[in-house]
Amino acid sequence: MTARGAVVHWARDAADANRVIVDVARTHAVDEVVKVKSMVTQEIDLNGALADAGIAAWETDLAELIVQLGDDLPSHILVPAIHRNRAEIREIFLRRMHEVGRPAPTELTDEPVVLAAAAREHLREKFLRARMAVSGANFAVADTGTLVVVESEGNGRMCLTLPEVLVSVVGIEKVVPTFAELDSLLRLLPRSSTGERMNPYTSMWTGVTPGDGPQEVHVVLLDNGRTRALADEVGRQALRCIRCSACLNVCPVYERVGGHAYGSVYPGPIGAILNPLLKGTGDPQTDSLPYASSLCGACFEVCPVRIDIPEVLVHLRTQVVDARRDDSVPKPEAVAMRAAGYAFGNARRLRWAERVSGLAGRALTRFGRSRLPGGRAAAGRLPGPGAAWTGARDLPAPPRESFRAWWRRTKGGRVDE
Amino acid sequence: MRVALMATCVNDAMFPETPKAVLRLLRRLGIDVDFPEAQTCCGQPMVNTGYLDEAVPAVRTYVDAFAGYDAIVTPSGSCAGSARHQHTLVARRSGDPALERAVEQTSPRTYELSEFLVDVVGVADVGAYFPHRVTYHPTCHSLRMLGVGDRPYQLLRAVRGLTLVDLPAASECCGFGGTFAMKNADTSVAMGADKARHVRDTSAEVLVAGDNSCLMHIGGLLSRERSGVRVMHLAEILAQTEDEPAVRI
Ligand code: SF4
Repeated sequence: MTARGAVVHWARDAADANRVIVDVARTHAVDEVVKVKSMVTQEIDLNGALADAGIAAWETDLAELIVQLGDDLPSHILVPAIHRNRAEIREIFLRRMHEVGRPAPTELTDEPVVLAAAAREHLREKFLRARMAVSGANFAVADTGTLVVVESEGNGRMCLTLPEVLVSVVGIEKVVPTFAELDSLLRLLPRSSTGERMNPYTSMWTGVTPGDGPQEVHVVLLDNGRTRALADEVGRQALRCIRCSACLNVCPVYERVGGHAYGSVYPGPIGAILNPLLKGTGDPQTDSLPYASSLCGACFEVCPVRIDIPEVLVHLRTQVVDARRDDSVPKPEAVAMRAAGYAFGNARRLRWAERVSGLAGRALTRFGRSRLPGGRAAAGRLPGPGAAWTGARDLPAPPRESFRAWWRRTKGGRVDE
Repeated sequence: MRVALMATCVNDAMFPETPKAVLRLLRRLGIDVDFPEAQTCCGQPMVNTGYLDEAVPAVRTYVDAFAGYDAIVTPSGSCAGSARHQHTLVARRSGDPALERAVEQTSPRTYELSEFLVDVVGVADVGAYFPHRVTYHPTCHSLRMLGVGDRPYQLLRAVRGLTLVDLPAASECCGFGGTFAMKNADTSVAMGADKARHVRDTSAEVLVAGDNSCLMHIGGLLSRERSGVRVMHLAEILAQTEDEPAVRI
């Protein structure tokens, strides 16, 4: 990269990266930058850092623009504004565009073509005016120092070619050795993400080309927890992620809770493992993410780079539990698990536990007195911890006799009942 | 061949009819099956919640109880999956090489019921009779962790009198997920409600699966909705014949 005229910066964390970018902006005395492929800059909250320095940052991807104008957060890796419908988008455009640039036409309807045309006019003005751009990158090729952006709107290409100064922020996991590896990844990505054989625009840039494109190129190689993830022998596979979003699209949990519930730019199954890997345990929101899964395995099935997300989820749950092993007051769950571990330690203890549960079961059925189809007694709504189950689900009452008790009594079904 | 039944802790304590059905079915097929009384649980509830140390006693008990058997058959895709894919993790964590070696012995010999019947015994038609309209839910761990494929369908299609109807969106998770069903109860219920709706759409009388835990969750919703649909374990259907329609040994 350096040989081809780019300036390379290393950034250990978000603050490092933001400082570099703000410095470049200040050197050129710009008060606005255009942005594309900005997931990594969301991760480091670049827009916030630029705003603190009095610099406006304009998102140029259509969906990112909608999210930005709506003072909102992305809810999907590939389609960040998927939680907005077109009526809302029209309303956002009418309300906000005039405050930050070219206004939306007054006759704006919620037809997708009309909305797209309004965004196009709005953005075009910014592309032509901006002197500095900030981009992310999908891949970086080590042996040639080439950066790659894959997109479908063409706005990225405008950002990468029109301004005089370009700063590209690249996570250090994006590096592939040669173009040979890039070849397969470029075919995997569109197929897994949009189902297309090839994406509409693939842009590559290598340092500075005199007389063509930005004449000053900075590359910020960002760690921000990636070496921490790499040090985790089970978790490191998450760094293979190419952000295709296939795992989000099949995840039944993501489908129901939406992207914002994950509290980060990386939602869904990959977010549930990537965030804890990058940040480590300790924060309640991050610690809850490995549990946001039924471990159904659909994500692993579709992942084109074979990240065993369920395996990593269980591994990270172990880390969350281990981090609290020395708590002076253990969580009720930890107490229950210890008790279960003890009961499962030998069959005699289990037999005893089952007898207690059989007795409790008979008491439980008094709360509901309902019957399951087929005739079995069931508990209806239970108070206390049982409510988490019985709020919406009937619970079969424990049987009078466990299997092992039956086996003993009947010598394995060989004597009469 | 020495065959052991791994009843699973959930079946043992909550659904004893299922292991009884397995016994009846296997005995009908001429297989003498033993129930080693020292068994307890595969350890999955602890492993999946992140309590690996707490799972060590269960895994230790598992390998001890089932040592020396040629095949361990269990009516649970999820417990078979745990034995095959998680026991190594637990053993490694325990730092006990003897336990690791024991796991290497027992893990690959553990079979989910449909795998055992089709692959080991080599039958798809077990001589069952069940004259009802049935739909089948492939539980996630059977489907993805074990890859039982169409084995349960082969078995069900060979049941006389049975009408098998396709379940829409069959491969989608029902939302049980072990402690997930309690920790994220709302999401779990939302997933289960969709599964229950798909079941009702088939107008099947019975929903069948290879895991009673998932059936307890879906069945709990179906029951609360007064749907009238009954849930049954695959083993209980396969155990019934024209002469002996009810599961009793
Ligand atoms: S984890 Fe796999 S499926 Fe999910 S976004 Fe990354 S590459 Fe795609």
